[in-house]
Amino acid sequence: MNESEIRMELDCRGLKCPMPVIKTRKAIKELNSGDVLKMISSDPGSINDIKAWAKRTGNKLLREDHQQSEFVFIIAKN
Amino acid sequence: MAKSSLKKMALIVSQGTLDGAYPPFILASTAASMDMEVKMFFTFYGLGLLKKKIDAKVAPASNPAMPFKMPFGSKGFQNISWPVPNFLSANIPGFETTATSLMRKTFKNKGIAAIEELRDICLESNVTFIACTLTMDVFGFKENEFIDGIETGGAATFLDFAADADIQLFT
Repeated sequence: MNESEIRMELDCRGLKCPMPVIKTRKAIKELNSGDVLKMISSDPGSINDIKAWAKRTGNKLLREDHQQSEFVFIIAKN
Repeated sequence: MAKSSLKKMALIVSQGTLDGAYPPFILASTAASMDMEVKMFFTFYGLGLLKKKIDAKVAPASNPAMPFKMPFGSKGFQNISWPVPNFLSANIPGFETTATSLMRKTFKNKGIAAIEELRDICLESNVTFIACTLTMDVFGFKENEFIDGIETGGAATFLDFAADADIQLFT
């Protein structure tokens, strides 16, 4: 997975539950199957929430990268 | 009745306070984003949340555990939980309004969506809002006071959906 394959970037920094999940869902809907979305959140709740959301919706969490206050999720659309 | 493969969630919304409005709207909007079919049944004080303009307040007098935070000043100052004795919160005129605006401001500062925004998201993602006809009658609500696109019904309407729902919650 390299950065050039990312089709869309979504910045959810500053937002709290449930907005990162809801905005991720909105963004994914605009993509085609297999497209990759990069989402950045500052809400620590996103770590578990995005996992749960991906599991439930069948979208694939390819990679996550957590810094102290920034959480990056690379998601492939189902 | 045809069964769809979607998970379903049935919510009863019975509270009309600002703090009471958050849990159902957060759950409903999130469930919709997780591909669930959601119906919300608004009854008693919850019905006010369907009005075009939401005027939900917090009720400190009936929630003695409510922490009081100031939405301005330094971070340390904002983190202080002010001890407000119940006899003050219950008896000072206008206290509810003050507490409500402080909570709204704190929520906004922290990046928490407004109730109106969460409600709009629910509508956009096809969450069904059902207004309780009994409550409309008791409190004198007319359908034209509510936002567009809602349904009306009674206990049987809710139960018909709830009987096949995977999640049923009373909020």
